[in-house]
Amino acid sequence: MSENMELEKNKQKPATTHKIGIYLWIWGLLFVLSFFSYMVDWYQFQGILRWSLILFFMFLKAGLIMAFFMHLFWERYTLVNVLLWPMTAIACFVGLMVAEGKYTVFTRLIYFVLGE
Amino acid sequence: MSDSSLENLPKGWKSVPSDLGSDQTTFKGVQWGKAMMWIFLLSDTFIFSCFLISYMKGRASTVVDWPNTSQVFSLDFMGVPVPLLLIAIMTFVLITSSGTMALAVKYGYEKNRKMCGWFIVATALGGLTFVGMQAYEWSKLIHEGVRPWSNPFGAGQFGSYFFMITGFHGTHVSIGVIFLFIFARKVFRGDFDTGRRGFFTTMKSDYVSIEILGLYWHFVDLVWVFIFAFFYLW
Repeated sequence: MSENMELEKNKQKPATTHKIGIYLWIWGLLFVLSFFSYMVDWYQFQGILRWSLILFFMFLKAGLIMAFFMHLFWERYTLVNVLLWPMTAIACFVGLMVAEGKYTVFTRLIYFVLGE
Repeated sequence: MSDSSLENLPKGWKSVPSDLGSDQTTFKGVQWGKAMMWIFLLSDTFIFSCFLISYMKGRASTVVDWPNTSQVFSLDFMGVPVPLLLIAIMTFVLITSSGTMALAVKYGYEKNRKMCGWFIVATALGGLTFVGMQAYEWSKLIHEGVRPWSNPFGAGQFGSYFFMITGFHGTHVSIGVIFLFIFARKVFRGDFDTGRRGFFTTMKSDYVSIEILGLYWHFVDLVWVFIFAFFYLW
């Protein structure tokens, strides 16, 4: 019964959608950004320039997809916070594993190369 | 999306403590299925993060040179090897399908049955193209001698990370394609207009289901953005 009422209610509700332009704009931007990130490889940028450009385009693309295609931009802050704060745990994990990776390669160089 | 009952509630940062401390529902104006999809996607984010972090750790700690992905994934075009060509095409195909999915969600909310259905079909075809190209890429690499334990291009760990990460992502795409076809049929049949009960859940649904499906599909695209950046470009 309550299901039916909810369905009826939804039918009466005017459609709340966004204009098609916003989706087409984001779509186009994603194409352009993907093209740029491909160009990073095409021109064989190296070192810090390569890494920073890759990360910049990656986060921009991820942000656009989440904000507009996944509608997070229009959601209430509670959902946005619940979804985004756990990412700090991932960032911590990345930090820990960077340190761990450096330590591992250090010991390997010591024992594999110098140890012989 | 927006709901008239939400207009009297606090907005902005003030809405966080009031929503979290309120009765009945935390995620105001979010249908329960959508909230569950978001929470599932959050857990999936952690799985993919673990894969990518273990890849980072493996790559950072090997003393052997990592294979040059630019060359490993190059494709001959008219006799000239073009670096990362197949991966670039796959990226564009997946973004295209993400765009068509966004339009399907929009037309769904406008209760435009035909347009919604056809855009879902277009999305599914994009996904199929992507999986097909990935199968081609896998077989090409396997023929070149890439194995989970060794490969002719450099560090032996490369193969295991490649097959694990792209395989898990490809599985997500394949599952998404199956659901896209199922929901295309539901849309064309008018399930979300007539309130026909789902054969598995036995529950009525409306076009919010398309948004939930869209969330999953955009997430698959989102993960590819990170795989493309870290695995192929880095």
